[in-house]
Amino acid sequence: MKLAYWPGCVSRGFTPELHGSMAFTAEKLGIELVELDRANCCGAGVIAEHNQELADTLNARTFALAQQTGLAMMNICSTCQGAQSECQQRLDADSSYRAHINEVLSGQGLEYVKGKDGFTNKNFLWLLVEDYGLDKLAEQVVRPLSGLRVGPFYGCYVIRPKERLGYDEHPDRDIYLEKVIEALGGEVVEYDGARKCCGFPVITMNKETSLRQAGTHVGDAIDAGADCLVTPCPLCHLNLDMQQPDAAKVVNRDLGLAVLHLPQLVGLALGAEPKQLGMSKHIASTKWVEERLTGAAAPA
Amino acid sequence: MAEYTLKVRRYQPETSEGPYWEEFKVELDPSLSVLDGILQAKDRDDGSLSVRCSCRAAICGSCGMKINGQSGLGCKTQIGEAQELADKQASVGDGDRTIVVEPMGNMPVIKDLITDMESTHWEKIRRVTPWLLPHGEPPEREYIVEPESMIDITQSMACIQCGACVSSCLSMEADPDFIGPAALAKAYRFVGDPRDAETKERLHDLAEDPHGIYDCTHCFSCVDACPKGVAPMDQIMRLRRKAGEEGIEDPNSGHHHELAFVEIIEKKGTLDEVALPKESLAYGIKGKLKPSKRAIKEVLGALPTIFRTIRTGKVRTKWIAPHHKLPGGAQDEVKAIYKHAEEHREEFNIYITGEEDVEPEPDETETEEKV
Repeated sequence: MKLAYWPGCVSRGFTPELHGSMAFTAEKLGIELVELDRANCCGAGVIAEHNQELADTLNARTFALAQQTGLAMMNICSTCQGAQSECQQRLDADSSYRAHINEVLSGQGLEYVKGKDGFTNKNFLWLLVEDYGLDKLAEQVVRPLSGLRVGPFYGCYVIRPKERLGYDEHPDRDIYLEKVIEALGGEVVEYDGARKCCGFPVITMNKETSLRQAGTHVGDAIDAGADCLVTPCPLCHLNLDMQQPDAAKVVNRDLGLAVLHLPQLVGLALGAEPKQLGMSKHIASTKWVEERLTGAAAPA
Repeated sequence: MAEYTLKVRRYQPETSEGPYWEEFKVELDPSLSVLDGILQAKDRDDGSLSVRCSCRAAICGSCGMKINGQSGLGCKTQIGEAQELADKQASVGDGDRTIVVEPMGNMPVIKDLITDMESTHWEKIRRVTPWLLPHGEPPEREYIVEPESMIDITQSMACIQCGACVSSCLSMEADPDFIGPAALAKAYRFVGDPRDAETKERLHDLAEDPHGIYDCTHCFSCVDACPKGVAPMDQIMRLRRKAGEEGIEDPNSGHHHELAFVEIIEKKGTLDEVALPKESLAYGIKGKLKPSKRAIKEVLGALPTIFRTIRTGKVRTKWIAPHHKLPGGAQDEVKAIYKHAEEHREEFNIYITGEEDVEPEPDETETEEKV
């Protein structure tokens, strides 16, 4: 399997461990990634808030770059998925608008063509389930995550709004994380926050609202007995992991729950060592996950 | 006909201490609604089962509730579809296959499925001055406006005040003072109305309030919950765009966050996460020379986080190496896009226009809610 790969900004910024673990995991899975190194930020909804046409053109450029490779496109960020799907919906809905956007792209030798060669842009999570296949994934597992209790955390932009994100065709996209956890031999932890917002989008404007969301979800997962969370969104990771000590203060309780990126969880089951997956870079310690996988006893 | 089990979260203040769950078996056609199921249980099993409803046709907005955790209208959710969702949820969880029915969230419960919408809905609606404020003498007859100038607010006019968006709002869950999706969508209905003369005042008010437009966490919950396609979050984004165009410098750094983000991508192509908070909190030369008290407090407050990320090696290279740039000429391509788009600033309301070549997919207006 060969894919046009958009890693996003955050995986090369504050979550470098995501970029690294994706490279590792892709190789193990036999997926070849052609990185779109000339592509630009998706705008994360903020550029669209400023100027819709600007966001649409920037993402049309990314799609056009992917289409040049003739490959299907993959991203590793729920936020990229959401922002790009939003622009793609507007672009696909109206041929005259598309022509208007392509006017500026044509000066760069680029064109976004609706549905060219069945063009798709999928988050790694969707790709893993729909194209790679859970059975094939399970076959690759060399270290089943037996006994590891994993809480899924989706990130809003791969689950809402349903009418934009391909749920007509793929109605189970909001239970894929559970399926992947099970395919890897782990145990799914049900808790209230799995499909809620991490709060990251308002961290600059209202830190308390933002961290109360993150802290509440992490706390709920701990109360439900989770050993860790897993997320396909690096922005959620920033709030759930990097900001976790501050979030603990806002919700006034001890937290300390490891938060894994999806490629890290997959990588662990494929036999990678935590260090190879950059887990030592996390703020919330991942030690307990490592101990759990090597069969240590539960903490008192 | 099929049999369904409704698991209802009940609260009877006269007789019970707190809320409790009760299951009702109902029998009806899958195309009938969850509300029909509740009314059957009320009719056959327990007359005290309380629910607010009237039209049963998604017009009056009375029967807002949560079904399998999703906010919407009881009368617009087919019981067969609710069962499918319950089955899907049960397939990956420990739960059973019952259809879970609860009163709306973010609101006090009066009895069973009936919530008190006063403090969390109506008070907030009144907060945004939900009526037209034209200046000057009223015309002799009606106000005349171009039909095109009303297109932009058509979506927000479709609101039936059911409260489903408020029930689903994840910002309000964390900050009960958030003005919220229903009231802010209503605010846009007047901000976007060409007859209103106090647009600027409205925008200042909503942007400067710490619980206003910049307190929305952009989670799309309200968009999925709304049974009428109002897409409240989209209206909040329109309010932000208008506030930005007015150049309103809110104390929440909302406008500066937007500007900083947009400018960083123009300059660097990808997001420089070190520059973004700095630029958002202390924007431009003025901010650098004289940062606000809030900016100083936020930066000091972020120091422990910064030190922690350096300690684990998360961002070490960021402080030595500058943010990477796009390779060979790609940045110029991004700049050319900016030049083009900032000249046009074309806005595209997918609810209203641009559907002429949409493939014969399910009707756009029929797909707001999938329960």
